Amino acid sequence: MRDVAIIGIGCTTFGEKWEASFRDLFVEAGSLALADAELAGEHIDAMYVGNMSAGRFIEQEHIGALIADYAGLSTRHIPSTRVEAACASGGLAFRQAVIAVASGMEDIVVAAGVEKMTDVGTGASVDTLAGAADREWEGFMGATFPGLYAMIATDYMHRYPLTREQLAMVAVKNHRNGAKNPIAQFRSEITLETVLSSALVADPLRLFDCSPITDGAAAVILAPLERAREFTDTPVKVLATAQASDTIALHDRRDISCLDATVVAGERAFAMARLPRGKIDFMEVHDCFTIAEICAIEDLGFCKKGEAGRLTEEGVTALNGDLPVNTSGGLKACGHPVGATGIKQVCEIVQQLRGEAGARQVDGEIGLTHNVGGTGATVVVHILGVT
Amino acid sequence: MSVARFWRKIPQRYNLVGTRCESCGRHYFPPRSFCPDCRRGGKIVEYRFPGTGKVVTYTVIRSASEQFENITPYVLAIIQLDEGPRLTSQVVAKPDEVAVGTRVRSVFRRIMADGDSGVIHYGTKFVPVK
Ligand SMILES: [Zn+2]
Repeated sequence: MRDVAIIGIGCTTFGEKWEASFRDLFVEAGSLALADAELAGEHIDAMYVGNMSAGRFIEQEHIGALIADYAGLSTRHIPSTRVEAACASGGLAFRQAVIAVASGMEDIVVAAGVEKMTDVGTGASVDTLAGAADREWEGFMGATFPGLYAMIATDYMHRYPLTREQLAMVAVKNHRNGAKNPIAQFRSEITLETVLSSALVADPLRLFDCSPITDGAAAVILAPLERAREFTDTPVKVLATAQASDTIALHDRRDISCLDATVVAGERAFAMARLPRGKIDFMEVHDCFTIAEICAIEDLGFCKKGEAGRLTEEGVTALNGDLPVNTSGGLKACGHPVGATGIKQVCEIVQQLRGEAGARQVDGEIGLTHNVGGTGATVVVHILGVT
Repeated sequence: MSVARFWRKIPQRYNLVGTRCESCGRHYFPPRSFCPDCRRGGKIVEYRFPGTGKVVTYTVIRSASEQFENITPYVLAIIQLDEGPRLTSQVVAKPDEVAVGTRVRSVFRRIMADGDSGVIHYGTKFVPVK
């Protein structure tokens, strides 16, 4: 296998973008990534695009070809493939692109993610997101996506000493980071009181424990590491790519509060990179709900089960802490255009490694991304480092 | 949801019909054609669960999708049946009547009305055992 590097990144602003269509979003992200790599479209050999549900959000399927077409590449006839794993679609698209370059099949490959969620009403988008879980045996019984994570939170808080305030501190921290990120959907800081007095969505989770509904797109460009310096002075090396699956329904898991797919994908990634946990300087984890960030930190092996709430309270995961988590603002504050999230996580790590993260810049040479589909039926982990 | 899609699973939805592997004794809900432990060596038979169990975890859904909006707030739970399998269902009770570990039994109830067709779907919910 060849070593793979990221040579360009691009991301739209995230938010309720009434003025931007699905096509506008990915064209903007792709153009930004190409400009960043100082490349033209004709250099691209293949594309992978993460997208959860354009079929239900904008009634459009066949997204791979659509993207290649509107990127101006129809006459080049490049292979362009849509990748779907619910909220992990972006991370999975990135992994497919890494594998394509590593295998030697392709040289210059685009990994993109896009979701246009606000062209349907909130009820319809909530129902579409519930399709990330088991429609037949969860959704049809009245389970919502926040409801499933709420049941993780209930189980977790029954077994471990996590306080309601510590859970809220995850949201406060991620909003503090998001306020420093020009692309973030929410750019204002919030207080503990904001979270604790917000409306209950599914007990114990409140509105400010939940990531929002978001429009957005992100794209990155990959090349063989040996060619990366033809395009950029600051290539970022892909040190590991890992993926794991688990039962689609939460009720069939070995342990409700532990995402085994995160545990396994994490172990595979650290084995592939031949690195101990202590070498990770910062990470983007999948905080679709506050409880999800708590579980992610533990299940990736950075502390024991039951300790992540205390670490959050002590500021370990803050920008100036020992292990900054979700410097972008995470899904919570930066926003969660589901198919784009996994690619945005990669963009954030690359910006940090290049020293281009502005007011939210942290020190470090190695970062990790963690992208979850559903309640943990798919998990994708990547480790990225400076070269 | 189409009528056929719901009706296809009526034995399971109405009567908690699952399966049992006679080789290893494990129970499954929803039913499985193969035992994941015994695979081809397993002998799968139909098993109707009596519907007793306990609450493993739960939440109160305050904000639901369209088909369930009219019954909010409602208690959603993961139930462990006494034979071992777990499933997701609703507990018909006030939120303060449900806790982790609460004993429950199954009841036949209206689940939702389909917005498009107006068809009412029934299935299994649970109630606390006093
Ligand atoms: Zn068996």
